[in-house]
Amino acid sequence: MMYGVGQAAYLVASACFIFALHWMNTPATARNGVYAGIAGTAIAILATWADPTIVNHLWIIVAIAAGFAVGVPLSRVPLTAVPQRTALSHAFGGLAAGLVGTAEYYLRISDAPAELTPFRMVALIAEVILGYLTFSGSLMAAGKLQEISWIPQRPVTYKGQNLANLALLGLALLLSAAITMSPASTWAPLLFPVIVLLALSFGVLLIIPIGGADMPTVIAILNSYAGLSAVAMGFVLDNKLLITAGALDGSSGLILAIIMCKAMNRSFTNVLFGAFGQVQPAAAKGEQQSYKQETPEGAAQILEQSSFVVIIPGYGMAVAQAQHKIRELYDLLKKRGITVKFAIHPVAGRMPGHMNVLLAEADIPYTDLVEMDDINHDMPQADVALVVGANDVVNPAARSDKSSPIYGMPIIDADKARTVFAIKRSKNPGFAGIDNALYFADRTWMLFGDAKAVVGELVKELAGGSGMH
Amino acid sequence: MPDNLELGLFVFMLATFVGLEIIRKVSPLLHTPLMSLTNAISAIAVVGAILITGGDYPLHIRVLGAVALFASTTNIVSGFLITDRMLKMFKTSDKRDDGRRS
Repeated sequence: MMYGVGQAAYLVASACFIFALHWMNTPATARNGVYAGIAGTAIAILATWADPTIVNHLWIIVAIAAGFAVGVPLSRVPLTAVPQRTALSHAFGGLAAGLVGTAEYYLRISDAPAELTPFRMVALIAEVILGYLTFSGSLMAAGKLQEISWIPQRPVTYKGQNLANLALLGLALLLSAAITMSPASTWAPLLFPVIVLLALSFGVLLIIPIGGADMPTVIAILNSYAGLSAVAMGFVLDNKLLITAGALDGSSGLILAIIMCKAMNRSFTNVLFGAFGQVQPAAAKGEQQSYKQETPEGAAQILEQSSFVVIIPGYGMAVAQAQHKIRELYDLLKKRGITVKFAIHPVAGRMPGHMNVLLAEADIPYTDLVEMDDINHDMPQADVALVVGANDVVNPAARSDKSSPIYGMPIIDADKARTVFAIKRSKNPGFAGIDNALYFADRTWMLFGDAKAVVGELVKELAGGSGMH
Repeated sequence: MPDNLELGLFVFMLATFVGLEIIRKVSPLLHTPLMSLTNAISAIAVVGAILITGGDYPLHIRVLGAVALFASTTNIVSGFLITDRMLKMFKTSDKRDDGRRS
């Protein structure tokens, strides 16, 4: 009887999750998605808690209370820190899967070794390896995003790196195979921690060669892994809800990773094993090109006289927290009857959709946030393209220069606008370490300085000097 | 057992296809909240953690379960809260002025 009720609850919860994701297809219904997700989770938790095998209620209450105590502050981080938070929550997800797998193994080995069928062992080992590698990998990713000092920001590479990683993974799989064959032998419980250690190190080694510009893809892949470890747990526990929810999460991470890879014209393997983002020593071509600089006054005048302005934000906007100043600029331009659109590149920022969230936070209507493919159509009509802390995503070398590491990557055609203003913090190349031909183009004028400060000056010019010029 | 395994694989395959179809339709505007939402949803691993923490098992097993339960609850709570916080900010231009403090 109890079993039937529990299964029915899990069925309802699965349906809730599918609805939750379905409602995310437009901002108008998206919040319903959150409520459906909460409902599904609550139903599943209550149904599980009501299981007659549960006797230690205090432990559950304490652990859940601790989860709330940490979870609530984690949900209030500034939105610029959302990539780190996301990576951290992948780490928590991986840790939970890894620990449950470990507990299941040791529990069954003493209580019911007969239940450790080869299939269940494969699922269990998959859960444990995926879980722990997601844990350590995501922690590394979060550390990189948070710019913790002892974690190297630039990709760490060495000779034979991929070979070493593969060897490590191979060893883990070999040991896993051995345990799967005879899970109840005397040495198996001693071998198990070795697999855990190998998975943990593999996660770290997988992330250290990855540069900041590839973080959106990596976060999406880790998202997928966290989902797959939940699927594996579902197979171990023979729980269809876990399989469903994990598969939804896994496919979501997969799709986001594919979108990110397409937006960079790169393959999965290239992102994971290509060690992108090193400074290219060859990129410094002999001739020194020179920038043309513009003052905020001059830029403000040109902005004022235009009728269509496209703002292209990048990670620099997030770093400088410039989104609120940009909203002021947006309002001032709108008041003058100027059309203002934001061009959003899929990999701008450090995670999928990063720019949209920051601009929405600044109260910019999402109807003015335009995807790359749609805005490129209109770029030749734009009077001004204002690049705020974006670099590689507007680099025309991606279209023309076959020797460039980003050749073939779809970009926002900022260079097709009548005038380009590029706000840039310093004269150094961007995260990918590639010179940007856009900055040297005839129609481009540079505004050097912190994005927030420069946009602030533009706002001051436009607000103070209205009608004077 | 083989029956259950077969059923599990079917569920996995179908859920993956459903997931791929639904996620493809999610607006790129919402990719960040989507990620935090799926994160909270996949923290449904909490079910496994509850069974281990609350069961009549040796202490060390239950400690592993309790840590897992803590980690999953953190994900559930922070995942849903931050997703809602982000989604609240997505407004169209006509609704924008109502919500703004003056």
